[in-house]
Amino acid sequence: MSAEEPLHRRLGLRDDEFERIVETLGRQPRPAELAMYGAMWSEHCSYKSSKIHLRSLPTQGSAVLVGPGQDAGAVDLGDGWAAVFKMESHSHPSAIEPYQGAATGVGGIVRDIVSMGARPVALLDPLIFGPLTEDRNRWLFEGVVAGIGGYGNCIGVPTVGGETRFAEPHSANPTVDVMCVGFARADDLVTSTSLQAHPGSLMLLYGATTGRDGIGGVSVLASATLDDGEGSRPSVQIGDPFAEKLLIEASLELIERGLLEGLQDLGGAGITCAVSESAARAGLGVRLDLDAVPLREPGMEPFEILTSESQERMLAIVHPSKLEAARAVCDRWGLQVAVIAELEQGGTLTVTHRGEVVAELPATSLTDEGPEYDRPKEAPPSAGGDDPTFATFDGALLGALLAVIASPNVASTRWVWEQYDSFVQGQTVASSGSDAAVVRVPGTMKGVALAADGKGRFGALDPYLGAAHAVAEAARNVAVTGADPLAITNCLNFGNPERPAVMGQFVEAIHGIADACTALETPVTGGNVSFYNETAASAIWPTPVIGMIGVLEDYRLRVPTGFPAGGLAIYLMGETFPELGGSEFAEVVLAMISGRPPALDLGRERALLSFLVEAAADDLLASAHDCSEGGLAVALAEAAIADGHGFAVTISSDLPDHVALFSESASRAVVSVAPDREERMVELALEHGVPVTRLGETGGPRVVFDGMFETTVDELRDAFEGAIPRLLGEAV
Amino acid sequence: MAGSARIGVITFPGSLDDRDALRAVELMGGVGVPLWHGDRDLRDVDAVILPGGFSYGDYLRCGAIAGHAPILEEVTGFADRGGPVLGICNGFQILCESGLLPGALIRNRSLRFICRRVMLRVETSRSPITADLVPGELIEVPIKHGEGQFVARDDELRRIESEGQVVFRYAGPDGVTDDAHNPNGSMASIAGVRNPRGNVVGLMPHPEHAVDPDVGPTGGQPLLASLIARAMAGASA
Repeated sequence: MSAEEPLHRRLGLRDDEFERIVETLGRQPRPAELAMYGAMWSEHCSYKSSKIHLRSLPTQGSAVLVGPGQDAGAVDLGDGWAAVFKMESHSHPSAIEPYQGAATGVGGIVRDIVSMGARPVALLDPLIFGPLTEDRNRWLFEGVVAGIGGYGNCIGVPTVGGETRFAEPHSANPTVDVMCVGFARADDLVTSTSLQAHPGSLMLLYGATTGRDGIGGVSVLASATLDDGEGSRPSVQIGDPFAEKLLIEASLELIERGLLEGLQDLGGAGITCAVSESAARAGLGVRLDLDAVPLREPGMEPFEILTSESQERMLAIVHPSKLEAARAVCDRWGLQVAVIAELEQGGTLTVTHRGEVVAELPATSLTDEGPEYDRPKEAPPSAGGDDPTFATFDGALLGALLAVIASPNVASTRWVWEQYDSFVQGQTVASSGSDAAVVRVPGTMKGVALAADGKGRFGALDPYLGAAHAVAEAARNVAVTGADPLAITNCLNFGNPERPAVMGQFVEAIHGIADACTALETPVTGGNVSFYNETAASAIWPTPVIGMIGVLEDYRLRVPTGFPAGGLAIYLMGETFPELGGSEFAEVVLAMISGRPPALDLGRERALLSFLVEAAADDLLASAHDCSEGGLAVALAEAAIADGHGFAVTISSDLPDHVALFSESASRAVVSVAPDREERMVELALEHGVPVTRLGETGGPRVVFDGMFETTVDELRDAFEGAIPRLLGEAV
Repeated sequence: MAGSARIGVITFPGSLDDRDALRAVELMGGVGVPLWHGDRDLRDVDAVILPGGFSYGDYLRCGAIAGHAPILEEVTGFADRGGPVLGICNGFQILCESGLLPGALIRNRSLRFICRRVMLRVETSRSPITADLVPGELIEVPIKHGEGQFVARDDELRRIESEGQVVFRYAGPDGVTDDAHNPNGSMASIAGVRNPRGNVVGLMPHPEHAVDPDVGPTGGQPLLASLIARAMAGASA
C-alpha cells in the first residue's frame, strides 16, 4: 500500500464503494466522513460478505425474545427471566498480541451483554490453536489463556466453560472466540423498541477516555488477512478490567434507576458506530461535538476520535431532565462522563470539531445502507481420500486408547480452566470439566446450561456436516445435563471470503447450521462472522463455533458427566456405525485426516435429546456423557476418571474392535443408571425410539473392556490429566 | 431472625465477591450489611468482612490503595476495640497492607492464577472464624487468586509460628502439609493468619464460596457460623 494511493483505498474502501459514498452525499466526501464509512463498511462491522447468507438462518421460536440485529440475542427462561447471550471472536488481535487481544475480546462481549440491560453471569471461551509442539503456538496459547483470566477474573464474571482444540491450520491464525451470558428481567431488557429516545435527548459518553490506541482497531484488523501482522501491533487495544467492572456496575445502576432512553457499548468503529447506530435505531438525527469527547492525549484528529476503539466506554441516551441523576451515578463509580451529542429531528449525523462541521451524512447510510455482496463461491470438493474406517489397524487397543485420551483435543484442559475464576457470583452449579456448564438463575430453581462446540476436523472434510455436527453436539452437551436446548448464538470462523473456495465453505456451513437448528428447534439469536483467518493463502479449517443455551427447570436435577458411584448399570444410548472419517483415532493413531465425517440423522438426534431431557426430569439417570471425540472408549474413560469409579463393559458388535471403540458416530451418549431404575429408563428410551444397549457396570479401580483389554482408572487419569502440562514442559 | 448479628461487608471499587459474602452471611443466619469504601460509617455492625476482588484494580500492589480508603480507619478503630474482622483473599491482602495482619502476599509460585478446591488444616481455635473448630480439623474451601503466596521475614515468620498466629495451612486429604499440596508456594503452607489479639483474621481461600452445597464445597459453613456467633457474643457483651 503506497501513500500515494487515494485515501479511500487506504481506509479499505473499494473504488465502487467510494462511488457509492459520493452518490449518497451528492458531493466528494470529507476525510473524516471517509474514515467513518471505511470503518462502518468494513467486513467486521457491516457483514457485507455474509449478510445475504445469514438471512437464511432460522431465527423464530417461542423462546426467542430478541433475535439477530441487536447487541445480543435473548431467550425466555420463564418466571419473568431472560437470558441474554452472544459469541464473538477476537482472533485477529490475539494472533498479534495474545494477552491483550484475548483480554479485550472478553471486555467487548461483556459490554454487549450489559448494553442489553443484563448482568453478565457467565463466560465461555472456545479456543483453537496450532499444535503445542511449536514454540510460537505455546506462546499464543499461554498468552491467550492468561489474557482471558487476567481480564475475566478481575470483572467478577465467572468463566465456566468453552473448549480448547489444536489443529495445524490454526498455527498462524489461532481462533479465539468468547461467549457471554447475562440475566435480566424480561421486562427490563434494553432494546431498540423497549426504550424510546427523543429529539433533544443527550448522548452521554462514560467510562475510559478516548485515545489513539486501536485506531481502526478490530474493524481493520479483522477485515483483511494478517500477512503484515507484526506491523499491526499498535492497532491492538489495551484492556483495563478495573474500569470495565465499574462500567458494568454503573450501567446496571443507570438502567435500574430508569434513567436511560438508550444504551450502547463502544466496540468496532468506536464512537462512529455507537452514535450512528443509536440515532438510526431511534429514527433520528444527531449532532456530535468532538470537542466534548474526553481525550487521553491532545491533538487528536477528528478521524482518530471518531474511529478510536479505546476500550471500556459506553454511550447512554438520557433525557435532559435526568442528566444530573445519571452524572451522579457515574461519579459514584468514579467514571468520567461527558455529554457529547444531542439527538434531533431528521436523520442527519452532523459532526463538529473546533466549531467546524467535519462530517454531515445520513446516519442510516453508515448502518443500514452499506454494501452487500454475493461473492463468487465454489462448491467444496466432495469429502474424499482414503476413508480411515477401512484402514488396517493391528496395534494394541489399550495403546490406542491411551494415545487418543492424551491427544490435546481430548485430554483434560484443567491447565486452562484452573486459571479462570468459576466461583464468583456463587451460582455455578457445574463448570469446565462437565459437558455443559450450569448456572443458577438467582431466586429461582432454574438452571441455565451452556455449551460451546466447533467441529473443525469434520468441517475440513465436509463444511456442511461439520457445521451441522457442531449444532448437534452443542445441543447434546446441554441435553446430557438434563437441560432442554433452547437457542444458539455462533461465531463463524473462516478464511478470506474473497476466495471462492472459502465462500463455498461458508455457504455450506450456513446450510448445515440452518438444517440442524431447524430440526432441533434451536433458533439462531445472533452471532458473529470472523473472516480473513488466513495467511499466505493458507486458511483455517472452516469452523463455525456454536454456543448453545438450554434450561433446566430444577437445577438440582442436573445430571453429572462422570459415574458417581459403583454398582450402576452402564448403557450406550444410540448406535455405533463404522465411521472413523475425521475421528480423533484416525488423526492420532492412523495419522489420517481424510474420508467422510460421520453421518448425522437429525431425527435420531432429536429423539436422543428429548429422551435425555425427560429421563433427567424423571431422575432416572445417575450420569450422562456425550459420546463424541474419541468415541465410545473415550466417553467411558472420561466418565470413569471424573470421580474415580472404574467399570467393566462388554462391547459386542459386528464391527472390528477398534471401530466399535473409536468410531465417532453421532447421536450417542453413555449413561449410568441405578439398578432400580433400569427398567423405566429402558422403557423410556424405547418410547423415544432411542436404541439402547447395556454395556456393563461401574465400580472398582479397574477399567475392563471384556475380551479386549484391561487398565486402571489411575493409568487413564495420568494420560488424560498429564498430556497438556507435559506438552508445556511442566512436571506432572 | 430478631437480634441476629450484623455482619458488614465492605465494597471497594473492584470488589468482586462482596455480594457473595453478603449472601453467605445471610445463608448462615446472620444479617448482611453492605458497607461502602468511601463512607466513614460502619453502620453499627458486629463484625466486618473485607471481601475478595481486585480493589482499585490492584494496579499498585494488591490491597495497597484500599489500605488508605476512608472506611479502613473505621475498621482499624473497630479492630482496636476488639471487634471481629475477617479478610478474604483481596481483603486479606488489604489487612496485611494496612498492618493489621503480619506478612505479605506475592505472586503465586507458578506465576499463574489458580482456581481450585483445596483442603485446609485448622491450626488454632483462637480466631473469630475457628472458635468452634478443633486444631487439626480439615475443611474444603476453594481458592482463586494470582497473588496468594504468603511470605514474611524470617523473624516475623518465627514470631507468627511461635505465637500461634497461623490459623490455616494448605494440606492434603490426610492432613499432611507438603509441597504437593501447597498450591501457591506459601511459606510453611500458610493459608491464613490472625493478629496477636486474635480478633482479626485473614485467609486466601474463600469461605463465602463454601457454604452452599449446590455450588461448591461446604468448608466455609463452620467458619462463618463461628464469625456470626463471635459477633453475637460481642454485641451482647
